[in-house]
Amino acid sequence: MSPRVASATATRVLTQLRRDPQTLALVLVAPCLIVALAKYLLDDQPETFDRIGGPMLGLFPFIQMFLITSITVLRERTNGTLERLLAMPLAKLDILAGYALAFALLAAAQAATVSAVAFGVLGLDVTGPASAVLALAIANALIGVSLGLLVSAIATTEFQATEFMPAFILPQILLCGLLVPRDQMAPALQTLADALPLTYAFDALDRVARGDGLSGRLTIDIVVIAAVTLTALALGASTLRRRTP
Amino acid sequence: MRGGRPVLQGVSLTVPNGQITGLLGPSGSGKTTLLRSIIGSQIIAGGTVEVLGAPACAPSLRRRAGYVTQGLGVYRDLTVAENLRYFARVLDAPASRATEVLAAVQLADHADQLVSELSDGQRARVSLATVLLGQPELLVLDEPTVGLDPLLRRDLWAMFADMAAAGATLIVSSHVMDEAARCDHLVLLHDGQIIATGAPSELRAQTGTPDLEHAFLRLLDPHVAA
Repeated sequence: MSPRVASATATRVLTQLRRDPQTLALVLVAPCLIVALAKYLLDDQPETFDRIGGPMLGLFPFIQMFLITSITVLRERTNGTLERLLAMPLAKLDILAGYALAFALLAAAQAATVSAVAFGVLGLDVTGPASAVLALAIANALIGVSLGLLVSAIATTEFQATEFMPAFILPQILLCGLLVPRDQMAPALQTLADALPLTYAFDALDRVARGDGLSGRLTIDIVVIAAVTLTALALGASTLRRRTP
Repeated sequence: MRGGRPVLQGVSLTVPNGQITGLLGPSGSGKTTLLRSIIGSQIIAGGTVEVLGAPACAPSLRRRAGYVTQGLGVYRDLTVAENLRYFARVLDAPASRATEVLAAVQLADHADQLVSELSDGQRARVSLATVLLGQPELLVLDEPTVGLDPLLRRDLWAMFADMAAAGATLIVSSHVMDEAARCDHLVLLHDGQIIATGAPSELRAQTGTPDLEHAFLRLLDPHVAA
């Protein structure tokens, strides 16, 4: 591991993002508008808004970092920069750490902006500490980064990478418990939901937002989130091949 | 083997240190596969490749060898200086080295321009500059002058000659025959096999032709007919 390469990579990725104001606007502004939409959609059910508002804050980083990572890394694979980097004296993990760092910072900025709007302007009221919601939002972003990295290895074009989004993400959103509480699902669906990472991310956010302390179930959630992220990162790292057929 | 298809068969060659070796051959003859095998990014089905006294895939070579791929290999959405600064930090080269290589490829005036705004020739030079940052002993260049105007090609070849004179070993692929004359040593590849090697003067003498283009055509003819 080399902090020099990781921080250089993070700086480089952030510079590229700065060059792309449209992406920044979509990452920072669009989620605020969606939360506002949910607020007015649920205008006469404020308790529903308070129930799903907290977890929603954590979903944006997950979805968007998944997309952004899969496409940036795919671009890196197809334009020859990855091949060049891997021919240089560095560890693959350094590049990944750089990406994770840059996107975690972006996710933090996103979560902070959306939280400010949701708590400050839209009157979202969660029982738990807002800082814990923010921390989980960043953790979600890292799951998105690690899964996006995996998809960048499977997809061969940017077109395919975007198509992976609904295939990979929508089922997880449907089953995570946001739309229908998990204990009301058919047993088969519950089992399926238990196998999907977003379920644990949502559950953790839900518990924190409702003001649960560090219960046994919350600990399990956090362990699963960390394990999935690390496993996907390791799998993703193994797809960054120095030597190819 | 590349992409499941046998590309190079029975290839055996030695590249002299401190010289420019030109790798020539028609498209699809296996030039890129051979270069990738030398730099260690190609998984080879059989045989051995030794580079600077170590196996081609040895991690120690990543510091001593530089590879310019046919693709762009730099970030279009960064400026020239930002690209060089990033690769310099990855290679742990001093920041002053970025200024040196920019001057060497004559891009000092374009340091703050985005790569996407540059011409093809300028982009190719940015790509080359990033590899020069680490002052590699071995430089592997895959068609570095494709699409460049004659003036720029002449300048780049003059730079390659300077580097070889300073002790670096260069392996340059090309399918432009007039560039072959600028090499110290030539390797002619056809359909995955080496059909001729030697200095330009030797190849001309061997075929009894006045220029290299005719020499190559004469060497290739029996293979194309077969």
